[in-house]
Amino acid sequence: MGQINLLQAVHDALREEMARDERVFLLGEDIGAMGGVFRTTVGLLEEFGEERVIDTPLAESAIVGVAIGASVNGMLPVAEIQFADFIYPAVNQIVSEAAKWRYRTNGAQGCPIVVRAPYGGGVHGGPYHSQSVESLFFGIPGLKIVVPATPYDAKGLLKAAIRDPDPVLFFEHKKSYRLVKGEVPDEDYVVPIGKARVSRPGRDLTLVAYGLMAHYSLEAAEAVAEDGIDVEVVDLRTLAPLDTEAILESVKKTSKVLIVHEDNLTGGVGAEVAALVGQEAFDYLDGPITRLASPDIPAMPFSAALEEFAMPTADKIKQALRDLAAY
Amino acid sequence: MAMTLKELAIKKPVALDLYRKMVLIRRFEEKASEMYGRAKIGGFLHLYIGEEAVAVGTIPPLEPRDYIVTHYREHGHALARGLETRRIMAELFGKATGTSKGKGGSMHLFDASKGFMGGYAIVGAMMPIATGLALASNYRDEGRICLCIFGDGAVNEGEFHESFNLAALWNLPVLFLLENNGFGMGTSVKRAHAGKEMCHLADAFGIPSEMVDGMDVLAVREAAIRAINHVRSGKGPFFLEAITYRFRGHSMADPVAYRDKEEEQEWKRRDPVVTFRRELLQSRAASEENIAKIEHSVDEEIAEAVAFADASPNPAHDEMFKDIYRE
Repeated sequence: MGQINLLQAVHDALREEMARDERVFLLGEDIGAMGGVFRTTVGLLEEFGEERVIDTPLAESAIVGVAIGASVNGMLPVAEIQFADFIYPAVNQIVSEAAKWRYRTNGAQGCPIVVRAPYGGGVHGGPYHSQSVESLFFGIPGLKIVVPATPYDAKGLLKAAIRDPDPVLFFEHKKSYRLVKGEVPDEDYVVPIGKARVSRPGRDLTLVAYGLMAHYSLEAAEAVAEDGIDVEVVDLRTLAPLDTEAILESVKKTSKVLIVHEDNLTGGVGAEVAALVGQEAFDYLDGPITRLASPDIPAMPFSAALEEFAMPTADKIKQALRDLAAY
Repeated sequence: MAMTLKELAIKKPVALDLYRKMVLIRRFEEKASEMYGRAKIGGFLHLYIGEEAVAVGTIPPLEPRDYIVTHYREHGHALARGLETRRIMAELFGKATGTSKGKGGSMHLFDASKGFMGGYAIVGAMMPIATGLALASNYRDEGRICLCIFGDGAVNEGEFHESFNLAALWNLPVLFLLENNGFGMGTSVKRAHAGKEMCHLADAFGIPSEMVDGMDVLAVREAAIRAINHVRSGKGPFFLEAITYRFRGHSMADPVAYRDKEEEQEWKRRDPVVTFRRELLQSRAASEENIAKIEHSVDEEIAEAVAFADASPNPAHDEMFKDIYRE
């Protein structure tokens, strides 16, 4: 058991799965000789060779399409999209082909690919290196979407994703790579896809978040505890399939819910959670279902001042918690 | 100029089999057209009539273990590959006994057990998938190749160029087969493609290519065998362009107002089924009796397929929710 950051957790999961199963291989831009733009794949080319750590040209659609083709011919590909912002040229392959493979083959074949992509702002990446893209895929049955918040979950969920028989999108918050550290056991383990986690139990209010925002949410919950507000933090971990049971169980206990995400407000995961709670837990509610998200702007601004203003932060979450608690 | 049967040293049973397959495709589609008119088949129906020599020239020389991915005008490819005629017809009827249990329809035939990895209705989307199938084939040292069939419309898609580049870069066993029928739906190649002969696009990637008369089944077969041998021998991809013509509209709903009637008549004089029939008789490779027997057996097969499709049940409602994820 040791403390590692989220970046190391991703690296270790890849390395261990490649060592465990020779069907696992990686492909993506600059992942081999360079070790990845964020260094998540450093050393893997040297250890596993060019056949299993494939540097591709800049061709996102082909990266995912090749992964699909290889996966239905017996391989377990892990494709890296260098920044989540670059996933758009591959959306057709993900949505039209990977998500529908099992359906159109009558269950004769699944499409066991993993598409990893660093997402999110907070690193001054500007419009094309900061996006949160999860809501785009959230309404596409056939896909699984995982967004880990801790090194433990990142490693265990990535292993589960690689072993999963269906396509998994795995979004890693680039700011959390080095920011978030945590304990990770030495022995092999997986974290099941589709299960949320109560990262802090509480009585007064439910806070639903994922990714970097789950980390900030925990920080904010600890801070408002000093004011006597006891917040339960539900870290979704998996967006699809959504753990509706965990959300409803918590809300029925606390009677209030705040949903936090970095993705734009409109049409985000929070809207679906709000609809779920409104429909299934209406009688339990003692306050308005509340969302805190990035505003509906076309892109993350580059300027640090604007970026800070756009993204939810621990301070903004604290304020939203206090407002909702006081309702 | 068509090769004579003698020049090809083609055996009589092979020649008769080629003729049977071409007639099967022609009559299957004529019957499908009739069933469409009688509202037994709905949606979009894209007929391959006029292009039969391409499917029949290229697919039978493949080995059973080889893969095929193709486009949405694929009844002919599925029949040439030996998918069950009755199950293809049932799929067109949207019945539970179809190749995709009625969930796919005409454009999305699939039979993994025959290495028939699908018809694709997103133009060009199958090309990276074919490349990935071939990548895995190389990795697993299987010696199986992938035939990737696309139309002239796909040539202008980015995935064409991405896939050609990767297949050449990684020396993958893909036979790229372009069925150039002169029109992408209602727009002529002359108005859609800036280059001249499409087969020369391969030159930029160092991929060898050949252009063949797609109305002559023996010429196509000879070129296909050369191309297959090249690809299987480990020399990397090959690009075969077959020049052909779609006798009908893009789909059943298309009255083909955009085409020159004289041009149509000129191509129809080169009808690949009629031409090959005449050659068989003239070269004495087949007797009138042989031909009559084949045509009769095809008619019986088609009649049986229609009866089977007609008598088959519709898919049950709960079928809709199956095969989304592994259960």
